[in-house]
Amino acid sequence: MISLIQNLIDALSLGSLYALVALGIGLLFGILRLINLAHGDFITVGAYALIVPSTEAVAQLAIGGFHPILLLPSIALIVVILALLTDALVFRPLRRAAQPSLMIASFAVSYIIQNGLILIYGARPKNLNLWPALTGQIALGELRLPTLQIVTIVTTLVLMIGLALFLKRTSYGVQMRAAAEDFRMARYLGVRGNLVIGMAFAISGVLAAVVSLLFLSQTGSLETGLGVPLALFGLVAVVIGGMGSLVGAVVGGFLVGAIVTLLQAYLPVEMRSFRDAFAFAFVIVILLWRPSGLIRAKAFDQRV
Amino acid sequence: MALLTVENLHVSYGGVTAVRGLSLSVNEGEVVSILGPNGAGKSSTLAVIAGGVAPRAGRVTYAGQDITGGRAEEIARSGISLVPEGRHVFATLTVEENLAVGTYMHKGKADIAGVLERFPRLKERRDFPAGRLSGGEQQMLVIARAMLAKPKLMLVDEPSLGLAPLIIDQVYDILLDLRRQGMSLLIVEQSTSRILKHADRIYVLRGGAVQLEDTAANLRDGEAIKRAYFGFDEGAA
Repeated sequence: MISLIQNLIDALSLGSLYALVALGIGLLFGILRLINLAHGDFITVGAYALIVPSTEAVAQLAIGGFHPILLLPSIALIVVILALLTDALVFRPLRRAAQPSLMIASFAVSYIIQNGLILIYGARPKNLNLWPALTGQIALGELRLPTLQIVTIVTTLVLMIGLALFLKRTSYGVQMRAAAEDFRMARYLGVRGNLVIGMAFAISGVLAAVVSLLFLSQTGSLETGLGVPLALFGLVAVVIGGMGSLVGAVVGGFLVGAIVTLLQAYLPVEMRSFRDAFAFAFVIVILLWRPSGLIRAKAFDQRV
Repeated sequence: MALLTVENLHVSYGGVTAVRGLSLSVNEGEVVSILGPNGAGKSSTLAVIAGGVAPRAGRVTYAGQDITGGRAEEIARSGISLVPEGRHVFATLTVEENLAVGTYMHKGKADIAGVLERFPRLKERRDFPAGRLSGGEQQMLVIARAMLAKPKLMLVDEPSLGLAPLIIDQVYDILLDLRRQGMSLLIVEQSTSRILKHADRIYVLRGGAVQLEDTAANLRDGEAIKRAYFGFDEGAA
């Protein structure tokens, strides 16, 4: 019983991270039809921004030494600026380009960021213990809950509620949803295309920054490719959730988190190293069952 | 003075030419209609005026300003509202949210409630996702949404397409109401009977160019339109 609950918490916390990544990717896909493979590298930059730029093996905290109240907005700001720069320099000139061209461009951005990081920080992984206080546990009777997992789950909930309120209750949120559904029609109604896209990049950047802090607190290790597997799992979550649906992205994120965690817990020990192969087999099964994802993006049940 | 002037417009997509040398104008308070068969260049012309498509050549002047190739959102903000063909509702947004999208470009409080009074069916379903509405309701919604953008000129692309005659009458009632309030309208249609009754002036397009231009009163018998529409040789007919 105890171990089941523990596994569920593990699944929720890993699912939270994937859901945040999937939201960041899903938002941009919804509006730009861009599959942003560089999202993982936005996450990596958020993590590296914590330390002093240098190729030395030992990481020295820079922003990472700030009080969390200052640290969080600083990292968010850096990643948002990176995301907006990416839009301005790469994706804005490609506005009329076909969808595959956008994806290939994001692939290029991903490589440029990774190699830029190697140039500045060196290729060797570095240890970084951010927020040691979070590595403790909260005891609830016999249950021991890792503080970091609880923080991860709560942070994700807060961000998702905040995003939902923004999209539902504010005029910019409604404009973003309208643009995601029919970009051209939204512009015919006076919605400023570049503004809406910029907001999507900015929100995507904030989500990436939060993931980088949560993820780094878990692993304690910096490397220039740390965001790549996160982006891969996030993209998988977006696809099985249903491309273009944010609810689908969240559902997909938690589902992928649950699959990975449960496989890790219940696969026979000698097969655990093949965990991801099993996880992706599950993904294939889901896609065979529902090729357009769990939640369809548009209301197809229109009457004529 | 003309509110809208289109001069010598050429539009092509890839290698295909949709509009070749089209000119037309809409005066203030006027209802002008563009008639023509499929592929005559009607929708392309509206798209260029609204900033959705950049023309290969030609000039669009609105309220004395050259807006050729302008951005769609800026043209919308200057007072031109396009109701495109095919009822582009935002399907997952509620009816009320759909209406709200048209209002954000104006400062101050929008009169969504007032517009809903004129569309009782939409008022009943204000919290429904727009994708769940019937075709007629969706057509009402896109017109109501365009009204809330408070345009001086509304471009309406085939408002009667796929609708029952009774609904078409309702749509035209609303359009004529807008005209009474001083709005100018440029309406694209494929069917001639209704438009002959309601429009002031008519352009008949075929092959991307104007074949015929006259007042609706002069064209009422429909013979000249038929000739222009189907391309019969004028001398022979």
